[in-house]
Amino acid sequence: MESEFTQPTFEISRDGRGTTLLARGDWVIRVLEGVEKQLRELNLPSGETIELDLSGVGRADTTGAWLLERTRLIAGERSRCIVNGAAPSLEQLMHQVGEAYDAAESVPAHKLSIIASIEGLGRGLMAALTEAVNLLGFTGQVIQTWFRWLIIWKRIRLTPVVYHMEQVGLNAVPIIALISFLIGAVLAFLGSDLLEDFGAEVYTVTLVSFAFLREFGVLLTAIMVAGRSGSAFTAQIGSMKNREEIDAMKALGLDHIELLVLPRVIAMIVCLPLLTFVADIMGLVGGGAVLIFLEGMSPAQYFYRLQAVTEIQHFNVGLIKSVFFAASIAIIGCYQGLKVEGSAESVGQRTTLSVVEAIFTVIVLDAVFAIYFIQIGY
Amino acid sequence: MAGPNETIISIRGLKNQFGAQVVHEDLDLDVRRGEVVGIVGGSGTGKSVLLRTIIGLNKPRAGQIKVFGQNLAQLSDDVRRQYETKWGVLFQDGALFSSLTVGQNIQVPLKEHLNLSQTMMDEIAALKLGLVGLPPDAGPKYPSELSGGMRKRAGLARALALDPDIVFLDEPTAGLDPIGAAAFDNLILSLKNTLGLTVFMVTHDLDSLHAICDRIAVLAEKRVIIVGTMEEMMRFNHPWVREYFHGPRARAALDAKGQGQV
Repeated sequence: MESEFTQPTFEISRDGRGTTLLARGDWVIRVLEGVEKQLRELNLPSGETIELDLSGVGRADTTGAWLLERTRLIAGERSRCIVNGAAPSLEQLMHQVGEAYDAAESVPAHKLSIIASIEGLGRGLMAALTEAVNLLGFTGQVIQTWFRWLIIWKRIRLTPVVYHMEQVGLNAVPIIALISFLIGAVLAFLGSDLLEDFGAEVYTVTLVSFAFLREFGVLLTAIMVAGRSGSAFTAQIGSMKNREEIDAMKALGLDHIELLVLPRVIAMIVCLPLLTFVADIMGLVGGGAVLIFLEGMSPAQYFYRLQAVTEIQHFNVGLIKSVFFAASIAIIGCYQGLKVEGSAESVGQRTTLSVVEAIFTVIVLDAVFAIYFIQIGY
Repeated sequence: MAGPNETIISIRGLKNQFGAQVVHEDLDLDVRRGEVVGIVGGSGTGKSVLLRTIIGLNKPRAGQIKVFGQNLAQLSDDVRRQYETKWGVLFQDGALFSSLTVGQNIQVPLKEHLNLSQTMMDEIAALKLGLVGLPPDAGPKYPSELSGGMRKRAGLARALALDPDIVFLDEPTAGLDPIGAAAFDNLILSLKNTLGLTVFMVTHDLDSLHAICDRIAVLAEKRVIIVGTMEEMMRFNHPWVREYFHGPRARAALDAKGQGQV
């Protein structure tokens, strides 16, 4: 297959009248590599007549023709250049590619790298600020739509809410239950191992119940759901945006926030507290399993300790937080979905961003709540 | 090289089947070097499947496909890849890589198959952009920033990057405005004339068929029922072919062509 073409070459000869450049062989992209380098390094004399003799050229494609045309142009800049012996088709091709290249040239040059990176920093900062403002605005829009939804009862749409509750809530129960059980067990291991040194093993129960009810249950659930459902929201709405479905809704006089965003937000706000409850219970079960089966505590002792040390407010703290986490995960997921633009790649980017932003927001909110609850002594 | 009547694609007894649905059976088709062949057929007759089968994206159940005189299915991967660089494919929506700019898209096959300097590749990319009639500022843009018609042109530029012998076009003028479609037709015609390109084109566009196709192949009843020039199509007696080439739209296209020649 390689033997199909003969290697393109050129020879330079000088006589009294000027320089002649004789091209031979097939000027085809597949075999041009070597001759391209030679031509680039070639120093053509200036001020005399250069003859480009193309009578020896066999086949030529656009790239080969461009290379010959380029040589002609470079030679023409410094001296008089005449083309001889080109087949009519080659001449036409050279003319055509010359025109095509002129039309396409003038690609804008890159900016200086230091200035560009400073500019990039500024743009990034401004983009982050506008993003935050937009997200707040979007939250307001969702709340406003929700109120209108509550006032006009006939507009209530239960089917999508229930559908998303199944997706977000019911389908997530097994995985949430499993990871909570495991983390509860790990926590009990750690606690009993550390507290054993002080002979305070029995306080492991306090540790597990405090940690799970106040923090771990709701945090684990929120992070899991952000990865599982927040990303799904972004991908679903994002691909709808890509297929112009959102535009179609607007054109049909439908409110996309009411139809797409609100059911997801409501489903999330209903389900995350329920899932948190599942996580709390399974965490306590996991901790109990370790203490009872591996550390030799009796079931009665475990439940007695649990009852004695656990107050309902710990449980409430977890549940109160879960409502706010749910709202932020759902709103960020939907917001990022609506920000998708153009390509499938954009859906991927926005999905990643949605998960990162949701988990970040959840953890920041958690810290704020921790300070708040400590301050009010709850 | 072989003469102008050399057969560049030869299909014998092709059978394609998806599940229980037989798309092609006993399909024969020859394409000669340097001609423009238009493939027409109703929806679901497997025009795109035929194209995909020839370029090796779809494995046929039975039959033999020879491109450049080689049965590509029997060659080793390395050799087959060499032959694959000798054709270019324009998919329906351009199928540009969305994470690369248009210029980078054109350079993908150059980088992959050849060892050229970056300057040369930049020059080739600019050249191909000009050749398919894209404005100079299209090069650094991403595919999502282009209109559908521009994406098609950019897709063609990428298909032409390696100066192939054959280009496969999947509905090249679908979704283009009439002016854009006519310009695209002219572009293909001029490339065919200057480069000696062989064009295998799936199309529904009667104007394209009139304007640029040397021969037309009609897919129906799971095979190619007729291959021939426009005149032969007009004379052929088959219900679908009659309706297609004698319908009101066909007549309008024919009238336009006739007036153009006067």
